[in-house]
Amino acid sequence: MSEALLEVRDLRVAFAAGGREIRAVDGVSYQVEAGRTLAIIGESGSGKTVGCRAIMGLLPDTARISGSAQLRGTEMIGLTDGQLRKHRGQDMAMVFQDPARSLNPTMRVGTQITEAIRTHRKVSKSEAGAQAIELLRLVRIPAAERRFHEYPHQLSGGMRQRIMIAMALACRPRLLIADEATTALDVTTQAQIMELLLELQAELGMALILISHDLGLAASYADEVVVMYAGKIVEQAPASRLFGTGGTVKMRYTRALLDAIPHIERPAHAELPVVGGRPPDLSVLRAGCSFAPRCPAAADDCKEKEPALAEHAAGHRWACWHPCENGVSA
Amino acid sequence: MSAQTSGSEPLLSVRDLVQEFVVRGGTVPGRGIQGTPGVKQGVVHALSGVSFDVMPGETLGIVGETGSGKSTLARAVLQAPRPKSGSVVFRGADLTKLRGGRLLQARRHMQFVWQDPFGSLDPKWKVRSIVEEPLIAYREGDRAARRKRVDELLDLVGLDPERYGKRHPRELSGGQAQRVAIARAVALNPSLLICDEAVSSLDVLIQAQVLNLFERLRRDLGLSYLFIAHDLALVKQVSDRVGVMYLGKFCELGPGELVYKQPLHPYTRALLDSIPSTEPGAARATATIKGEPPSPIDPPSGCRFRTRCPRATEKCAAEVPQPRELASGHLVACHFPLTEPAPAGAGSGMSSEATTRSVPTTAEVQG
Repeated sequence: MSEALLEVRDLRVAFAAGGREIRAVDGVSYQVEAGRTLAIIGESGSGKTVGCRAIMGLLPDTARISGSAQLRGTEMIGLTDGQLRKHRGQDMAMVFQDPARSLNPTMRVGTQITEAIRTHRKVSKSEAGAQAIELLRLVRIPAAERRFHEYPHQLSGGMRQRIMIAMALACRPRLLIADEATTALDVTTQAQIMELLLELQAELGMALILISHDLGLAASYADEVVVMYAGKIVEQAPASRLFGTGGTVKMRYTRALLDAIPHIERPAHAELPVVGGRPPDLSVLRAGCSFAPRCPAAADDCKEKEPALAEHAAGHRWACWHPCENGVSA
Repeated sequence: MSAQTSGSEPLLSVRDLVQEFVVRGGTVPGRGIQGTPGVKQGVVHALSGVSFDVMPGETLGIVGETGSGKSTLARAVLQAPRPKSGSVVFRGADLTKLRGGRLLQARRHMQFVWQDPFGSLDPKWKVRSIVEEPLIAYREGDRAARRKRVDELLDLVGLDPERYGKRHPRELSGGQAQRVAIARAVALNPSLLICDEAVSSLDVLIQAQVLNLFERLRRDLGLSYLFIAHDLALVKQVSDRVGVMYLGKFCELGPGELVYKQPLHPYTRALLDSIPSTEPGAARATATIKGEPPSPIDPPSGCRFRTRCPRATEKCAAEVPQPRELASGHLVACHFPLTEPAPAGAGSGMSSEATTRSVPTTAEVQG
C-alpha cells in the first residue's frame, strides 16, 4: 500500500439543499500509483468530478466532506485552504473541460503562466518567464516565444487546452487530474492532447486521473478503470480486463454503457441496446442497489439489499448480486 | 459532389453551395482586434462549392471538425442566412429562389433539431404549447384536433402527455427536452429532418435512447435525415451515406460501409485513426495528423487538406482536386487517393509553418 501516490478511502461528499441532503459521493475508495493512469467513468451527476474536487479542496464551504484522501502519506481532507495551497500545483493539479473559461481573457497567456509559477516558487519575473516558455515547449506549442505574448482568444481550443496543461504542470505535480479535458475538442485534437498527456506522464513520472463519460477514452488510455453510478463505485478493474475481446465486464451498468456507444463496426440503423429510466435522486434514501430500477437483471434481492463493492477476482471489484457471465448480459 | 443511390428523384438536391462571410475590422473572432473598425479585413470561406443529394427515406450523415462548415451547411439549406450562391432544390422547388410565404410553405416539410434542447425551447412555454406551435403557425386543424395531435406526438417520442404536457423546459432532463424538440419537429409530418449535433450534449445511455427514437421515426414516418455531427461512430450508426467535410468542402462522400472500411481520402483515414477504441492496448488511437485546420479566412491553395496531409505533393498546392467517382457512388476529392501508393515526393506540399499553426498572423491577413 505504501507505493500508492494517492489513496482515497471512504470519501463522502454531501450538500444540503432545501432541507435535504444530496449525497453526491457516497463512500468511494481507490488508489493511484505514480506513473499510472486511472480513469473515473460515469454519467452526469455520478459524482466523478465532485470526488476529485473534494480532494483538490475546490468545493464550496457548503460541501460536507468526510473520509480520507492521502497524497504521499499526507491527509488532504480537512486541510485549510492555506495548507491546501501548498499542495495544489506542487503535488496535484487539475485541468478542466473548458479552457476558454479557465483562462483569463484579458491577460496574455505568458503572463498567466508566469503568475502561476510565481505563486508557487520564489523566482524572479524573468526567470519565471523563461520557465513559462520552457513549459510551452513542453506541451509542444510551436513558436512558443510568439505564443507567450498572445491572448487566449487568439488561440484555438486545442492550443488553449495545451496552455492549461502547461499551467497545471508549472510546478511538476505528482498527480494530474484531467476532468473531461478533451471532451470539448475535435477527435483529431483529442487524440493529440491524449498523446501529449501520456508522453508528459512518462517524462515526469506523474500519476494521471482521467475523469470522463467516455468509455472509449478509458479503454484506449487508462491502466485502471473505475465506474461510478449514483455516487458510488460499482465496478473497478484494469482496463485490459474490462475491454476488448474476452473482456470480463461484470456490472450490468458498465455493460449498458459499453453497449450504448455507437460503433463503427455496427451496421447502420442497428437498434442500440438501451436501458430506460434515469439515475436516481441522490437526496432520497433508498434500499438496495441504486441501479436496480433500470437494471435488466434486477431481482427481488437487488431491491432489498445493497450489494457491497468487493474484490471478487484478482484486481476486479464489483458491486452486483447478479453479475454478467463472461462479460455479457444474460 | 453527388451520388445517385437509385433511379428515383432526390428529395433534396444541393448544388455548388457557397457561403461566405465578410470579416470587418474590430473584434475578429479568434484573432482579437484587427484593422480599422468596419473596414473589410477578409472573407471567411465557410462553404466552397458543396453538392449532394438526399434520396427519399435516406439518411445522409455529414462529419467534420469544428470549422469544417457542417453547421453552416445546415443553415444554408434552411436559407437562414441565404447562401451566397448555389441551389437548394427541395421537393422540386429551388429554395434559394423562393421568398416570403412560398418559402415558408416549401420549408414546412423540412424541420430541424439542434444541439442544445434548452436553447431551442422557449423557457416560458409549456411542453404542450411548444409542440403545438408549428400546427398553429401553419393553421393545422382546430383546437380539438391540435390537442389530439399533440397527444399523439408526445406519445410518439415516448413522453406521457398527461405527465409532461404541462411542464416547462426547466422541469425536463436533457433527454426529455430533446424529445420535446423532436416532437415539435415532426408535428407537421416533414419529409426531411436536419439534425445538427442533435444528440451530442446527451449522456451515452440517453443518447442511445434518442438515436433509437430517430430510427423508429425513420421507419414509421418514412423520414429522411441530414444528420450532422462531429462523432464519426455516431454518424456511421444512423447513416446510409456519409460525407466528410474539411474547410468548407467535401473530401469524400459515399456509402457508409465503404467510407469507413475503405476510406479514399487521407483526411478520412486520419479521422478514423483518431477515434478512441474500446479495444485496449494495440488499438490505442494514434494521432496521425499533426496541427489543426488552417483558418477558413485564408484557406490553402489547391487541396485544402494539403498542409496537414502526409501524401501532399506540389500538385496538391497547384491544383484543386475535383471530386471523382472511384467506386460506385463513392466519390473522393484527392489527387492521390488511398487506393494508390503514396506519390513520390510526398510531404512537399506540407510547409512546416503551416502544419503547426492554426491562426495566421495579422501581417499575413493584410498581406
